[in-house]
Amino acid sequence: MDTSRLKRRGPCEWELPASGRMRVPGVIFASKELVQAMDDKVAEQVANVASLPGIVDASYAMPDAHWGYGFPIGGVAAFDADEGGVVSAGGVGFDISCGVRTLHTGLKAADVEGVKRQLADLLFARIPAGVGSTGALRLSGQEMDAMLRGGARWAVKEGYGSEADLLRIEEHGCVAGADPAAVSEMAKKRQRDEMGTLGSGNHYLEVQVVDQVFDAMVAQAYGLAEGDVVVSIHCGSRGLGHQIGTDFLREMVVAAGQAGIVLPDRELACAPLKSTLGQRYLGAMRAAINCALANRQILTHLARAAFATVLPGARLPLLYDVSHNTCKEETHTSADGRKRRLFVHRKGATRAFGPGHAELPAEYRRAGQPVLIGGSMGTASWILAGAAGTEERAFGSACHGAGRAMSRNEALRRWHGRNVVDELAAKGILIRSPSFRGVAEEAPLAYKDVGEVVDAADHAGLAGKVARLRPLVCVKG
Amino acid sequence: MATQAAWETFPHEADVGVRGTGATLAEAFSGAATAMTAAICDPAAVAAREPVAIECAAPEVELLLLDWLNALVFEMATRRMLFARFEVDIAPEDAGLRLRAAAWGEAVDVARHQPAAEVKGASFCELKVMQQPDGRWLAQCVVDV
Repeated sequence: MDTSRLKRRGPCEWELPASGRMRVPGVIFASKELVQAMDDKVAEQVANVASLPGIVDASYAMPDAHWGYGFPIGGVAAFDADEGGVVSAGGVGFDISCGVRTLHTGLKAADVEGVKRQLADLLFARIPAGVGSTGALRLSGQEMDAMLRGGARWAVKEGYGSEADLLRIEEHGCVAGADPAAVSEMAKKRQRDEMGTLGSGNHYLEVQVVDQVFDAMVAQAYGLAEGDVVVSIHCGSRGLGHQIGTDFLREMVVAAGQAGIVLPDRELACAPLKSTLGQRYLGAMRAAINCALANRQILTHLARAAFATVLPGARLPLLYDVSHNTCKEETHTSADGRKRRLFVHRKGATRAFGPGHAELPAEYRRAGQPVLIGGSMGTASWILAGAAGTEERAFGSACHGAGRAMSRNEALRRWHGRNVVDELAAKGILIRSPSFRGVAEEAPLAYKDVGEVVDAADHAGLAGKVARLRPLVCVKG
Repeated sequence: MATQAAWETFPHEADVGVRGTGATLAEAFSGAATAMTAAICDPAAVAAREPVAIECAAPEVELLLLDWLNALVFEMATRRMLFARFEVDIAPEDAGLRLRAAAWGEAVDVARHQPAAEVKGASFCELKVMQQPDGRWLAQCVVDV
């Protein structure tokens, strides 16, 4: 990115001053190296988001920001309904509430080493992953609606996990205001066979070891110590969310055209929060969030069952569950000191509430919210903690992952999946995937250095480093 | 049909671009659909065993491309199929265009097809349908994977 247009506010904070149609400035949180490596499209998209009606304070980009559709991936923007604010289907994306959850296992790396292969094989056998895979659960129309209203709460009621899990999920596992009637029959049909499936692409289930602790006090609050084995699951709302994204993106583009609204980019298609279309989208999008939470809850149940088979007695309590692609109604104090209800879009960004936030579980309240960052299958993932003051910086948000360093086409040209699997096995990382091509496209070097991204998030005061996780087993879709 | 259709995928930072060209609009749409299959697996590995009928209508040609690709995404997801050959017909209707097509393909065979990633949806990103100076049609967009 050409940095000559930016004003440097701090070591990891850059301002894109408001100009032209921009109603507020843009703010990019990143080191100089990360900003320079970003595509110019990111600045363009940050500026486009800043031009939307009712935007509050600034259009933000996280350290892992890259070129998305309409909003950059790693984009955060909040809108006030009372000031003509909008909700944007493009600002949430196709994979609504894609997210990460991490589970403790109570095991140390040495406990797992001898059964790692068995564990990898069983997890791969039990977790439906990849294109065309289906789950064991089939929901009737009524059951589907109950799931869309209830999220992980519904899943626990159905026997997938326990009440204790719900306390460690954003909104306690169930977002209010979901409207199954706003979800198309096509979206429900796409979900019919996909409950409890991992998906494909960058989605995964990993067994990981805590490689290094960076903040002992917070790690203790989270129940983490070096050598601990954890399990992380990255997936989203599956076909239902994808179809809702497709349905509403089209509807919002057509509606904007009919209303004579000129959008700098059609992917910015949005609707006023105080409109029938805006409210219908919010209802459907919240249903998709609940679908993602239910899906991760079912996958958790499957992972627990696999562990219990290989390592009898192992218990896998939830550490935390975060969602990435969402629009959530939250209370924030804006730059002018007013406390107000805002609709915060986080597209490829994680909610990262700081210490003391009332939404956090009591045991994490002093430490701040766990922020779970996925890396690549060959390097590392991270656990951060929402920093004090993060709400004044980007409405309590942080980065979500490494971001790709190259296109899938380029990765496929450079690597063969079989070789990637063998090379990682030599390093003690067991990959299980139905597709060698999928593995090649997700090769570790196809991703940016996640360490640089989390360093920037730390230095920018968004979220502090707590622990680095090294993969032992990776089930890829 | 669609004998002069050509296709390619093009790079996008996080996802994949799909592009079809042809002597007619229908051929370009057919090529874009083949490119979308190529974003998932090698289209040559997919056998054109059974047809699925697809019909959609849109007020303008770029929305029609989006609707066409998204209809294929829906059929792939719900039928667990991959498609290799496309017979496309596009005709004006009322104030817009109507597409009628047969998508030929087969059930996903993970071992044989080695599908890398499912397509979540076709996006407005890089969406373009146009007749080029040489007279050939081009149809493209980025698909989310």
